[in-house]
Amino acid sequence: MATITLERTEQQADIFSRPQSKVAETVLQLTDVAKTYDKQTMILRNIDVALHKGEFVSIIGKSGAGKSTLLRCVNRMIEPTSGEIVFDGQNITHLKKKELRKQRAKIGMIFQHYNLVSRLTVFENVLHGRFGYKSTLQGVLGLYTEEEKQLALTILEKLGMQEHIYKRCDQLSGGQKQRVGIARALVQEPTLLLCDEPIASLDPNASKIIMDHLKEISQSMGITVLVNLHQVDVAMKYSDRIIGLSHGTKVFDDVPSRLSQFAIRDIYGTDVDELITE
Amino acid sequence: MEALPSLPNVAMKNGRIQIKKQTKATIVMRIVLWTLFAMTVIGPFLLDYGEIDWAEALSLTLGNLQMMFLQPAFNQITFGTAMMQIGITLALAFLATVLGAVISFFLAAFSARNLSPAWLANIIIASNSFVRAVPTVLWVLIFAIVAGLGAIACVLGMMLHTIAYLTKAYAESFEELDEGTIEALKASGANWWHIVWHAVIPQSSSYIISWTFLRFETNYDVAVAMGAAAAAGGIGFELFMASSFYYDLHEVGMITYCALVVAILLEMISIRIKRHYLGKA
Amino acid sequence: MTGTQFLRKKKWTMTIVFIILIALTYGSAALTQFNLIDGLASIPATIAWMFSNLIPTAASFENLPKVLGRLWETIILAIVASTTAAICALLFAMLGAQTTQVNRFFGVTARFIASVFRNIPVVAWALILVISFGHHILTGYFALFFSTFGFLVRMFIETIDEASSDGVEALTASGATYFQMVVKGVLPDTLPQMLSWVFYMIETNIRSATLVGILTGTGIGYLFDLYYKNLDYAMLGLITILIIVIVFFIEFTSNSVRRAIS
Repeated sequence: MATITLERTEQQADIFSRPQSKVAETVLQLTDVAKTYDKQTMILRNIDVALHKGEFVSIIGKSGAGKSTLLRCVNRMIEPTSGEIVFDGQNITHLKKKELRKQRAKIGMIFQHYNLVSRLTVFENVLHGRFGYKSTLQGVLGLYTEEEKQLALTILEKLGMQEHIYKRCDQLSGGQKQRVGIARALVQEPTLLLCDEPIASLDPNASKIIMDHLKEISQSMGITVLVNLHQVDVAMKYSDRIIGLSHGTKVFDDVPSRLSQFAIRDIYGTDVDELITE
Repeated sequence: MEALPSLPNVAMKNGRIQIKKQTKATIVMRIVLWTLFAMTVIGPFLLDYGEIDWAEALSLTLGNLQMMFLQPAFNQITFGTAMMQIGITLALAFLATVLGAVISFFLAAFSARNLSPAWLANIIIASNSFVRAVPTVLWVLIFAIVAGLGAIACVLGMMLHTIAYLTKAYAESFEELDEGTIEALKASGANWWHIVWHAVIPQSSSYIISWTFLRFETNYDVAVAMGAAAAAGGIGFELFMASSFYYDLHEVGMITYCALVVAILLEMISIRIKRHYLGKA
Repeated sequence: MTGTQFLRKKKWTMTIVFIILIALTYGSAALTQFNLIDGLASIPATIAWMFSNLIPTAASFENLPKVLGRLWETIILAIVASTTAAICALLFAMLGAQTTQVNRFFGVTARFIASVFRNIPVVAWALILVISFGHHILTGYFALFFSTFGFLVRMFIETIDEASSDGVEALTASGATYFQMVVKGVLPDTLPQMLSWVFYMIETNIRSATLVGILTGTGIGYLFDLYYKNLDYAMLGLITILIIVIVFFIEFTSNSVRRAIS
């Protein structure tokens, strides 16, 4: 029994204070990715993106610019029409189902609407993040090891959710639900975290808590975070780098300080002042 | 040293961390599922099967089904007669639905919690569940004793169930009406009928239309059944004659196809209406 | 269009709809030789008749064991038909629902098969099956099974598609397999509603079993038909009361369960 406690501290050390390497290795490389639904309209065209370890990158753009599609092309929830996706040194563009599953397990994803199973407890929802590492039967029967449970608990505690582990998710507030969503992604022990409009349904207070957690995750755990945002000011405040999308094309890719009024006009076709009053 | 989870409120059982807590809901759910499972497994052994040659019955069934569905044909009746009989079945269903809907509307207004006193609502709800508990075919047969077998018994029997069903559906949509609206109308001096006519009907008309058509769809099915079981006429009666009197499987198949086409058409319309008015898939 | 014009147009539409409905009602009444006045008059007459004739007598209570035996048969039949149909319906609903379908072809096929089973009236099944199985309990079972199956597939598909597909997306994104996604992502949120439909079908099937019983000579329907033809109204009263009691009991159970698991 004592071993569990020991292992937990080891794990904790491993996950929360992983030393960040100075030489930034490339975690994700998108090359010339394009997506069309029919032959005429290009949702995405010629997207080249490279993400490095521990980097916090935001994608901004108008709704309909292709932000969600781009994010979902990374883990092939949406199949890109052409282009290459290299994740963690492996080309995953043409991986078969089973191999793809293995890679997806290493990519956490959080959503605007949290996407939790509402009648299950917080604890169960978080453990769902382990399915990618399990056989179908283990997952269906809900067989988790004590180590996995400890990992889930440690993460929940870290996110300030220790009070609520046995609550059903439909009894939580929006901000709490999103923290469960983050915990579910972290329990995957991911290399990359994809966040699709994580704060679009939250009030300013809850938004700040969520963004702070995401920033913390990228800094102290060395996990690369890729976030879709529609608030330019939030993107400026938190990101190491900002990618601007307009009509499916990348029109900006640089540090926030270089995001000038002109660049914003390129992305949104409007002034930043108008955006804020929106 | 005893292994303790890091958090004070973590439940342990046999040295393992629990990922959910037993609640009343989970316990009831488990009991219900096990009970149904047990009854399903044990149930078949409690029935009296009498003498049956399984192999023969199954091969006979397959042969019969093949004759019915792959070689359908009209022999005793013509296509025209069949269409006529389907028309009669639809007419029976229509009458039961329209009469039932009119009566249900008033009963629903009297049984909606926000429009009527509780005692009146309770009386209506109780008598409706009594009506619902008796199968339609029994109602039709009971009416037939007084009114004679035919359209009257059939329509009235079906109407009773229509009323029980629609009153509940209408009343539920009436109850969704905002309390504030009713209060505002009352404050401006509107009487009960004004409220029903100007607030309740406009607000719930789309629900009323969807539910009523859905019931018409159901009533078509019921009308086919009543034709067969209570000799009330229509396509159901022809089906009964073909199968139990002439033993003509080809015709049974053909009639089934005709009834099926109409039923699928009604279902498609019903789904359209529901999508159009309630915005649901 | 101005406001008054709009209101006038709406009024016109309403009037036309009403005229069509009244015309259809008259047409239907003429076609079926239904007489509204006679019909309405026979309602009080029937109620009066029920209260004076449908009363069980001491003699009819002597037949109670026989009736209870048949009723028991009907209840078991209704439950077994509902639960077995529910299991098959669950598989088809998984294939047919937008959220969980494996591919479009299976989806359309599953929905089509269910639609055919649902729309062939239960009496048609009974009459078709009675030819090969005879007056046998299996006739009743299969007739109820087929129609319940068709109905439950439709309701389960609606239940799955109405519960949000969000959880499904999250599980797929984290590398879960299809069955993990279905069992852990879809079932927990939809099972209570599905169970509630199964209870509804058990209740409906008790009533349908009476109908099927009349046609196939099984269960409580057979007894009702027998006494009906012998004009033994006291026995009819007893049978009717017992059916009411059973349906009430199931309704009560399903309401309490629904409340407890919601």
